[in-house]
Amino acid sequence: MLTIKVLGTGCANCTRLEERVRKIVNDRGLQAEIEKVTDYGQMMRWNILRTPGLVVDDVLVVSGRMPSEDEITNWLAK
Amino acid sequence: MAQTLPTPTTSSQRDQRSWLLVITATILWLLAYNNVKPVANWITFTLLGLTPGTRLGEALAFFIYDVPKILLLLSGMIFLISTLRTFISPERVRQILGGKRTGIGNLLGAGLGVLTPFCSCSAVPLFIGFVKAGVPLGITFSFLIAAPMVDGVALAMLFGLFGWHIAGLYLVAGMSIAVIAGMVIGRMKMERHVEAFVWEIRMDGGAAVEQQLTWTQRFGEAWQQVRDIVGKVWPYVVLGIAIGAGIHGYVPEDALAGVLGKEAWWSVPAGVLLGIPLYSNVAGVIPVVDALMAKGAAMGTMLAFMMSVVALSLPELIILRRVLKPRLIATFAGIVAMGIIMVGYLFNLMI
Repeated sequence: MLTIKVLGTGCANCTRLEERVRKIVNDRGLQAEIEKVTDYGQMMRWNILRTPGLVVDDVLVVSGRMPSEDEITNWLAK
Repeated sequence: MAQTLPTPTTSSQRDQRSWLLVITATILWLLAYNNVKPVANWITFTLLGLTPGTRLGEALAFFIYDVPKILLLLSGMIFLISTLRTFISPERVRQILGGKRTGIGNLLGAGLGVLTPFCSCSAVPLFIGFVKAGVPLGITFSFLIAAPMVDGVALAMLFGLFGWHIAGLYLVAGMSIAVIAGMVIGRMKMERHVEAFVWEIRMDGGAAVEQQLTWTQRFGEAWQQVRDIVGKVWPYVVLGIAIGAGIHGYVPEDALAGVLGKEAWWSVPAGVLLGIPLYSNVAGVIPVVDALMAKGAAMGTMLAFMMSVVALSLPELIILRRVLKPRLIATFAGIVAMGIIMVGYLFNLMI
């Protein structure tokens, strides 16, 4: 069971990232819990400077840019 | 180990293809940009049969020429700037600015604010990340003021409509305001007016390992930016140019000199006030400003108005309220507004 967190307050890219992650999880039939983190105090645990951020199993994998589907698939496969 | 790894070759091949694509696009862009005027004139005066020199003819030619020109310029500039920006990350900037002294630190902060990729939705994480890492409050503000004020969209449109000297003046004035406002805020020692939760956040999640981007990723990122920004602002551009074209064709020369000219001293602060609620419409505002100036509005008044549109926006002030107490928000907005008003008067005196 994967825990996935999308860090972001509602900018265009944050919404887009969440959609992309949900699509990949659905398409691949992965067992995952996806959570959108909008609280600044929570999201700053990972010391990000730009949104969106993506956290997989408590590890920040990317922040400040929109990762490609291939990249996300790779992170979720690990 | 004679075996070769397949991945690096394919990725560099992909980079070659991306470069080829970008070079082809650049050539097409240059061709299009250089042919906008003849095509616009041909449509207006030959295809539609309007007479040059008439009000409708001039207004329409202006519109058909300016819309594609500005949209092309915007796309090109945003692509170029966004590609360059993939080389600078805010993480690096934070490292550079940490513990820097007032003055030189503010100058660096403002300069890096112009160059660093940053959108207002990231203002809060960026603010927290900077001050928590020991970047002085005043230098953080220099960065936060310069980033939206000396913005790519505004610069591209100023360059396209007014030429490089006005775009340059705008850049210098914007940077100066960011540096000085940041120094003043730093001097006022307002750290206790930052919301307490900021100082209490524990950053125990660990940082991401940023990998080296390939050219394909850099161009992809830049293209995404072009689509996002142009996709968002084009209706404002079209509307702004339409209003501008109307003013251009129908308002008599010097009609506005009395209201928006140099002699109307109150028009500078009035312009700044008016600019606060007009957020994100800078792309639509600049063509109107262009047309107003042709009818006697003063340069400084118009620059002040534009700066207020980009640098003092209501939504951003509301977002920043999450981390700044009202006193600090008011100080920030007040100092920036004062700086903009001063720039307005200065340009009205000089030009």
